[in-house]
Amino acid sequence: MATKDKLNFWGYRRENGRVGIRNHVVILPLDDLSNAACEAVANNIKGCLAIPHAYGRLQFGADLDLHFRTLIGTGSNPNVAAVIVIGIEPGWTKRVVDGIAATGKPVEGFAIEQHGDISTIARASYRAKQFLQDASEKLRVECKIEELWVSTKCGESDTTSGLGSCPAVGNLYDKLDPMGITSCFGETSEITGAEHVCASRAINEEVGKKFLATWQAYMDEVIEPHKTSDLSESQPTKGNIEGGLTTIEEKAFGNLEKIGKNVKYIDVLEPAEAPSKGPGMYFMDTSSAAAECVTLQAAAGFAVHLFPTGQGNVIGNPIEPVIKLSANPRTVRTMSEHIDLDVSGILRREMTLDQAGDALIDVMISTCNGRLTAAEALGHREFVLTKLYRSA
Amino acid sequence: MTNHFNVHHKTDTVGVITVEGIEAGQELTGWIMETDETITLKALDPIPIGHKIALGDIKSDDTVMKYGHDVGKAIAAIGKGHHVHVHNMKTKRW
Repeated sequence: MATKDKLNFWGYRRENGRVGIRNHVVILPLDDLSNAACEAVANNIKGCLAIPHAYGRLQFGADLDLHFRTLIGTGSNPNVAAVIVIGIEPGWTKRVVDGIAATGKPVEGFAIEQHGDISTIARASYRAKQFLQDASEKLRVECKIEELWVSTKCGESDTTSGLGSCPAVGNLYDKLDPMGITSCFGETSEITGAEHVCASRAINEEVGKKFLATWQAYMDEVIEPHKTSDLSESQPTKGNIEGGLTTIEEKAFGNLEKIGKNVKYIDVLEPAEAPSKGPGMYFMDTSSAAAECVTLQAAAGFAVHLFPTGQGNVIGNPIEPVIKLSANPRTVRTMSEHIDLDVSGILRREMTLDQAGDALIDVMISTCNGRLTAAEALGHREFVLTKLYRSA
Repeated sequence: MTNHFNVHHKTDTVGVITVEGIEAGQELTGWIMETDETITLKALDPIPIGHKIALGDIKSDDTVMKYGHDVGKAIAAIGKGHHVHVHNMKTKRW
């Protein structure tokens, strides 16, 4: 395993000191109505990245807070160099612009009402061109491993996830957590069956209780009022069942392999909440649906994502590169274009978890230095906002 | 030597098939990862890769152990070497 000094990587240092590994100029819609204008700007100015989504109208309360937190967090992520925000009206547009501006990065907002799409697209395009040219001058600088924020979530899991790909991520965290990285796991529903083991992995009793309260609230507020069955085919999913997973408890213990054997998480985060207690591992209250979870983690500021898959989830994210690893030899054979790291040797008893963890560190550092992930090369940019309840 | 199935923990009552194409009647070699032991077992069903095999006789209502933990219950008697999945095992939650 490489020493700490050899784990330096080449990243982009942002105005607020955070380090990114990509240099996107994002065209961010406030709301569903502004998707078309954002996509038109990104079409005019080649190299910009529009991030269309489905929401932003008539939301209120905690659901609206989460909407703003996710959009502001996405724009504030250090993988983003500059942001154009387009909204249907100026008030909420400004709220997102002001939130992103707090990072010190270039950001400007445009509202469609009283201008129409065409004028808005023209004005935003001029500014996007300037942002893109300025961003293209930004040079990568040598950064230390403790400046890296790493998130994880697994998907289309099967029993090979718990045997190989999830513990490979755990092995990476066991090695890099003591070096001072900031990391995150989530998937509240998918800890079910292993919640007491997860609580025991908190840094102290208080944080463990905070985790259990978060998990219990999900059970009380979402599962119990809405379930019509034992959630068969939802949790575990049809794909999980095809892959051999039978129960949520079995899935949960496999999932939890991602946090390694020794790491203790130091706090519990709200969805899309940025860590504030310094380096260490954080649990985030998230959906277990892949794109929702990664979108929330990216919005909290995580720069690179580790994604173990069994049956072959193909997810990517617009701003946070998603590295996929699989221990399922059939998936590696039939879906090789999606897999960044093959750890199926663990199942054949040809590769140790220690070797798999080292291989994953190598792939992660290459990705941080600029190598595109399979999901980036294939154009996977799933950006899915979490909605807490119906709009007004 | 080909490894056909893995067992996470020595107290587990099921193992996971790690190769494709296991047929009924096939003699299997398995690896207990926790203790690094090798064990053998005869498959009595065709079992797909990633699916579970009973390491011993499991009675209906018995807790199924994997990762050294309770991962659900048998809803039918499952003989040693048989396929364990949604047809004979269920969650205790939800």
